[in-house]
Amino acid sequence: MDITIIYYLVPSLVMFCCGVYGFVTRKNMIAMLISLELMLNSVDINFVVFNRYLFPNQLEGMFFTLFAIAIAAAETAVAIAIIINLFRASKNIDVTDVTKMKF
Amino acid sequence: MESVGSIIMYWVIALSIIVFSVLTVTTRKILRSATYLLFTLFATAMLYFKLDYEFLGAVQIAVYAGGIVVLFVFSILLTSHPGHSSERLVSRKRVLGLVLAVATFLIAGWALISRCAVMFASKPEMNNPDMKLIGETLMGTGEGQYLLPFEAISVLLLACIIGGVVVARKR
Amino acid sequence: MDITLPLLILAIPLFMFLLLGLVGMKMSHKLAGTLGTLGMGTVLVLSYTTAFTYFFSGAPEFINAAGERLQYMVFNTTWLQFTDTLVIKLGFLLDPISAMMLVVIPTISFMVHLYSLGYMRDHHGVYEHGFQRFYAFLSLFSFSMLGLVVATNIFQMYIFWELVGASSYLLIGFYYKKPSAVSASKKAFIVTRFADLGFLIGILVLSYYTGTFDFAALTSVPVDGLANVSQVSLGTAESVRSIFENSAAPMFMGASVLTWALVLIFMGGMGKSAMMPLHIWLPDAMEGPTPVSALIHAATMVVAGVYLVARLFPLYIMEPSAMQIIVWVGALTALYAAMVACTQIDIKRVLAFSTISQIAFMMVSLGVTDINFHHGIGYMAGMFHLFTHAMFKALLFLCAGALIHAIGSNDYTDMHGLRKYMPVTHITFLIGCLAIAGIIPFAGFFSKDEILTACFGNSMLWYVWMSLVAGLTAFYMFRLYYLIFWWKEHKVHEGHHQPSDQPWTMTAPLVILAAISCVAGFVPFGNLVTWNGHQMFPGENSFLTNLQHLDWAVAAISLAVAIIAILVATVMYRKENDLPAKFKNALPALWDWCYHRFYWDELYQFITHKIIFGCISRPIAWFDRHIIDGAMDGLAYVTNKASVAIKDFQSGKIQMYVWFYLAGALLLGAITAFCLL
Repeated sequence: MDITIIYYLVPSLVMFCCGVYGFVTRKNMIAMLISLELMLNSVDINFVVFNRYLFPNQLEGMFFTLFAIAIAAAETAVAIAIIINLFRASKNIDVTDVTKMKF
Repeated sequence: MESVGSIIMYWVIALSIIVFSVLTVTTRKILRSATYLLFTLFATAMLYFKLDYEFLGAVQIAVYAGGIVVLFVFSILLTSHPGHSSERLVSRKRVLGLVLAVATFLIAGWALISRCAVMFASKPEMNNPDMKLIGETLMGTGEGQYLLPFEAISVLLLACIIGGVVVARKR
Repeated sequence: MDITLPLLILAIPLFMFLLLGLVGMKMSHKLAGTLGTLGMGTVLVLSYTTAFTYFFSGAPEFINAAGERLQYMVFNTTWLQFTDTLVIKLGFLLDPISAMMLVVIPTISFMVHLYSLGYMRDHHGVYEHGFQRFYAFLSLFSFSMLGLVVATNIFQMYIFWELVGASSYLLIGFYYKKPSAVSASKKAFIVTRFADLGFLIGILVLSYYTGTFDFAALTSVPVDGLANVSQVSLGTAESVRSIFENSAAPMFMGASVLTWALVLIFMGGMGKSAMMPLHIWLPDAMEGPTPVSALIHAATMVVAGVYLVARLFPLYIMEPSAMQIIVWVGALTALYAAMVACTQIDIKRVLAFSTISQIAFMMVSLGVTDINFHHGIGYMAGMFHLFTHAMFKALLFLCAGALIHAIGSNDYTDMHGLRKYMPVTHITFLIGCLAIAGIIPFAGFFSKDEILTACFGNSMLWYVWMSLVAGLTAFYMFRLYYLIFWWKEHKVHEGHHQPSDQPWTMTAPLVILAAISCVAGFVPFGNLVTWNGHQMFPGENSFLTNLQHLDWAVAAISLAVAIIAILVATVMYRKENDLPAKFKNALPALWDWCYHRFYWDELYQFITHKIIFGCISRPIAWFDRHIIDGAMDGLAYVTNKASVAIKDFQSGKIQMYVWFYLAGALLLGAITAFCLL
């Protein structure tokens, strides 16, 4: 059995779909954030897989993933800061309660 | 043709990615959700190792598993009562999410399959990128080298440290 | 000639306007009035000096060796330069008629300034509200009128023409709290503006073909050896005419373009000079204070139309059809206004219609001019009548003002038998009436006699017609005189004080103007103002010149007509009797038509309200309100409704946003995939 690209892409796709599902359905903001990480991660996998299979002598995909991980860390830190701030204000991190920001 | 061990390895990784991803978004306890995320990330790191990117796999474990998930766990402990499970999902919302997820899966999957030639290419041979090459690429200014993005990321991280402190500090 | 004097003549009234207009309210009433009057007095002295220098100094730039008076441009500076050819200049032109106006305007204006010191306060000496504003406007008017008469080019004339219109508007509406005054000022402004549209088009046509605005270039030729001096010449008018004849558009609707231009320019004059059918504003303009009526609506501004025709006279004389139009308009207006004046009750209205009629006399006089008949006596007669009329009509108006001030009403029915109470006003008014009726030796006799002579030289029709009008003039003036001062004993109402002569500021102008009206006829006008500057009786500059050169046949007839008319008026109106009522009942239709001014106002009302407003303006307004506004409202309505409809999309529920975003992205991805793969 030969393990080709699609063998890696399908788990990645499943992971992405799980992220989508979680992001849309979960109410807890941290859970939403976790779903977001899932989606991000599946994209990282894609970069790496394509790099490995199609352009084995280059490192673009790998470095892109590297930077994406760094940015994901930054993003998570800020998001959690905001969530904690919200929690301090309303003792609640339920996303359905945070609708005042639309104005 | 790959070795049997490699194939088994692959199946373990793929199944654990799928299973833990699904569990991450379906469990009702938020702390468990974070734990399953951790497993997913580990599986991803394994995948990187298997694709011969050892450095990337190490970064994945260090930053994601060691940094981000710990951050999640702290904030979960700060904001929720342990053992408390979130209330049941409204079915309408679940249907919406499912529809979107399934649609994504179908469309993207169809796109994948229709690209037969590329999708079923076998893995070419590659020398593992050694640390010296990675370091030079990251610190070089020539073509295909990444000093500028590296510095930009450093500025971004600084900004987000300051931002995080400012946003979350007590008033 | 030095430039200082002419500049000061224009600058002082302008400065007074700015001073009184800007800081007048900070001054006491007395100071403002005195300042205005003193300023006008200075202008009076300066312009008399200028005019006398022009007429009598004999300097080479004013009169040539052959005794012909020349046109002298004291200064002429470029004010606006649009292109090489389109240049608008401002300047100061001295020639016989502008020098004459330099005498007339400051004289009347000064009298009115002085008179208003008394008129614009009530019996207890309290000044009227807006007294300083009144003087500011008077100064503005004097400035504009002086600027008009000394204009060196037709565009400068137009500018000042509009300025006098604006000051007339301001002064008619001086009592702006009175609705009738407001509507009268609007009416005057709109009617004259409408006429000025014609004037402007005429100017543009004329200057488009000739390429110049300058009067000098249109009507006169430069004199060799002297800068800024030119001589009136038919040759120039002839060449202007040939420009039109050789141009690409020589004819328009059966008349040459030059004729059209001249008629359109004359239309501006018709509006300003209240010729039929644009006369309707002048009777209403009497809503303004009486001194204003005397200054603007009797003596100076309303003769601007006559002045305009006189200014372009060489052009008009080249176009007989334009001259015919002037004569017809003038003659019809003269008769019409005289007939209406016979029936009016309001004494200012009588005087207003009398003014219209007399200005029409001047127009006719200009129109019937034949340059081969007595050196073009019609032009000289028209100008002469302008001069004398300004004096005696201002006198009559100021008398009327004194009467109104004393009685508190405009109607003669409230007066009657005032001769014992107001002797000075009585005598001066009588002198004014004699002058306008044309009784020797008062001013009006000479000028009117010259006009009738000129008509006689043109055709029998106009002679008889204008003599009839002259008779009517005498009749209605004496009717007015008798009804004010005789008819029956004056009834002093309980609680009212007895009417009496007014303070010296008001009587002094009356006496001065009456004196002028007595002697103005003896001015040897034929030697001063003629159409080409040629003296009619060279070398004879005595006070008897006019008498010696009188055409006694014409004079005797016109005198007889005037005396008969006065006798008729005496019989009918000296003592209270029922003769007027009988006449009225004998010709009820005619009396009604005259009393209602031949229903001109109603006609205008009908045309403007029923036809223009009803058939044109209202549909346009409807279109604007429903179609244009409706389209805008519809847009706003649709936008509003659409916004309300999609407002709920912004729910603040982030997950829904994400759902839609992902669904959209997916859709795009699906489309892309479907198309590419």
